[in-house]
Amino acid sequence: MKVTLSASEAAFREELRNFYRREIPVDIRERVLAGQAPTKKDVVTAHKILHAAGLAVPQWPKRWGGREFTALQQHIWLDEMQLAGVPEPLFFNVQMLGPVLINFASESLARRFLPATAALDIWWCQGFSEPEAGSDLASLRTRAVREGDHYVVDGQKTWTTLAQHADWIFTLVRTDPTALKRQAGISFLLIDLNSPGVTRRPIELIDGSHEVNEIFFDEVRVPAENLVGQENQGWKYAKFLLGNERAGIGSVGRGKVQLARAKQYAAQSRTPAGTLLDDPLVSARIAELENDLLALELTQLRVVAGSSEGKANPASSVVKLRGSQLQQQISELIWDIAGPEGLPVGGVGVASPQWARLAGTHYLNTRKTTVYGGSSEVQRSIIASTILGL
Amino acid sequence: MDFELTPEQSLLRQTVREALDSDAGKAGSRGGGGPQETAASGGAPDEELGFSRRRWRDLAELGALGLAFSEAEGGQGAGPVEVMVLAEELGRAGAHEPFVEAALLPGLLLARAGNEEQRTGVLPEIATGTRLLAFAHAEPGSGHWQRRPDTRAIPEEHGWVLAGLKNPVLAGHCADDFVVSATVPDGNVALFLVDAGAAGVRRTRYATVDRRYGAQLEFAAAPAEPLAGPHETADHQNAVGVIQWAFWCAQAAWCAEAVGALSHMLDTTCEYLRARKQFGTPLAKFQALTHRAADMYVSLELARSMSCYLTAALADEAATESIVARAALQIGRAIRHIAPEAVQLHGAIGVTAESAVARQLARMTVLDRLLGGNFDKLRILAEHIGDYELVELQPANTV
Repeated sequence: MKVTLSASEAAFREELRNFYRREIPVDIRERVLAGQAPTKKDVVTAHKILHAAGLAVPQWPKRWGGREFTALQQHIWLDEMQLAGVPEPLFFNVQMLGPVLINFASESLARRFLPATAALDIWWCQGFSEPEAGSDLASLRTRAVREGDHYVVDGQKTWTTLAQHADWIFTLVRTDPTALKRQAGISFLLIDLNSPGVTRRPIELIDGSHEVNEIFFDEVRVPAENLVGQENQGWKYAKFLLGNERAGIGSVGRGKVQLARAKQYAAQSRTPAGTLLDDPLVSARIAELENDLLALELTQLRVVAGSSEGKANPASSVVKLRGSQLQQQISELIWDIAGPEGLPVGGVGVASPQWARLAGTHYLNTRKTTVYGGSSEVQRSIIASTILGL
Repeated sequence: MDFELTPEQSLLRQTVREALDSDAGKAGSRGGGGPQETAASGGAPDEELGFSRRRWRDLAELGALGLAFSEAEGGQGAGPVEVMVLAEELGRAGAHEPFVEAALLPGLLLARAGNEEQRTGVLPEIATGTRLLAFAHAEPGSGHWQRRPDTRAIPEEHGWVLAGLKNPVLAGHCADDFVVSATVPDGNVALFLVDAGAAGVRRTRYATVDRRYGAQLEFAAAPAEPLAGPHETADHQNAVGVIQWAFWCAQAAWCAEAVGALSHMLDTTCEYLRARKQFGTPLAKFQALTHRAADMYVSLELARSMSCYLTAALADEAATESIVARAALQIGRAIRHIAPEAVQLHGAIGVTAESAVARQLARMTVLDRLLGGNFDKLRILAEHIGDYELVELQPANTV
């Protein structure tokens, strides 16, 4: 039993650590480390630099430009990126659609899309959720009717993250409304967002940010060859994808950076007795969260959580459930440390430090973490039924 | 990085598990199908001892008691990972046998601080189960194990004698000998071996919260044999280091015991939820309950990870006070969450003396105390958060 990195593993980590700091522009990284959302340009710039170095899709098979990273290598790759403030290669491309195409798409479809997906020449977004189909995704209604060599798609998707930047969308659509089991009538279809009949509309979140969107499909004609795999087999591919989504929403590295910053902020915040960092209640809370983060990291390392052999791993639910809670708790800690100076958000020439002015909106924004990627309640149900047999 | 057990370690786990399982006798005596433990089960504790003498001998025969001692000293020459495996199985089985308190902890102290005669004289007998020891270290009001003992060792004409009071001494009620920490005249801490039956040793036994036993020891001119001799002052200064290391090994074993026990408590709870019906339906149909079980599972897995972390560090001789504190804190939190929840999910039965899950709660409550409870470990970690920037697994930030 070895919980430390071997010499070669440590060297691998060191190499990545240096690469990220050397090659990704420092202004981008500082923005990310300060807790600001990276711009589209930031994301594309970083992704392309990583892609050029073979580090955008390293977990993919070599055939498709990957390096077949082991689970540990993937962990280090992502962790070091977060520690360095590098915007991660686009999750929808790399962790979601890519593996689905690799595992389930026809040779021609894979060849057509994978290279552009790896390079972020196509920006993908995820068309799964609908107003009436959130946790109960299988009840989705967006309809795709086969007419000759096209599908005609009608319906609506919602919560579509970063669709405002996207070129294409991968969707779950209902191709057989008569199927006895709802899951059995669903297909996985790739749609060009520039197609006639597609409308995007932004949704403003509680913190004022524009991350998610609604997308309306009004008789959109989609070439039938854009179907991934077999018609009416989409649910199988979706479950595989969702397992990867769950496992990949890793934020341990980010959490470490935030806790390190929290300590700095606390050390800068004066109290009658010293600083907030000296305050036993604050230091105890920081210590507790640091420990929780380590326990989560170890668990991620110990239990390889990604989908494999075509199936989702129930352990991914443990990682997602706990990770999302911790993200919220860490944001809450920083909000507490900010004190009254956390109240202002905008304003020019305002004395509140920048980090404090981000603390409140960040706390509000992290409410999404226990909802997206399968809510905490859904994760508990998965754990209870799949792992505990309840 | 590798979290897997070797084939030998897996075999050890299997062997111990089978031995403890077959010991359990009638179904249900481990709380498997229900909360009852029958008196006829092989694992039933002797009233005086608080554990089964027969099972202690069985563990000896398996090589379990001497697992961590060197082969020259009657042991198996195994390391922290093997101890973790054994302790986890003992926890899972709800075994009352005080492996850590009566064999591992005092034995390791002897192994590190004793001279050859002491080691070869005592350790093999611990390993064969014919001698029980206990470590007398804590004193009234002492709280933290690092405190310098008030118990004094005085060099007299015919040898050393001890004066002082030790309490609580886990497994002290049945020990044949004690390893005792005391302060010597030059102010250093030293370790001594004391025959429990010697004059000047007054032992008051009592039950502990986990339905095991302990004792208070009063020493009044009690003859004591120094470990490794008092003339080498270097060894005296080492006593603190030896005590620390041995306690770390004990903590790692207690962490593993807790993980095993909590795992069993969760299994039992899930079985109960599936079997128990109310309102015409199994309890497992109620999402409020299954979701709480899911939360227990998450806590358990986090605790298991930290137990491996500490054990692996010990095995690498890279343990630090910080790593011990981290593991103990996480496992303590898991105990405080999972154990009472398991009782709660069993309803009223879970609170009865007969219930295996209730007895495990009592033991877990004690283990949590031994691991430092709600405050001790957190305090250690909180005091050092300013020493490093990023919290890391591989300490650049050692305490």
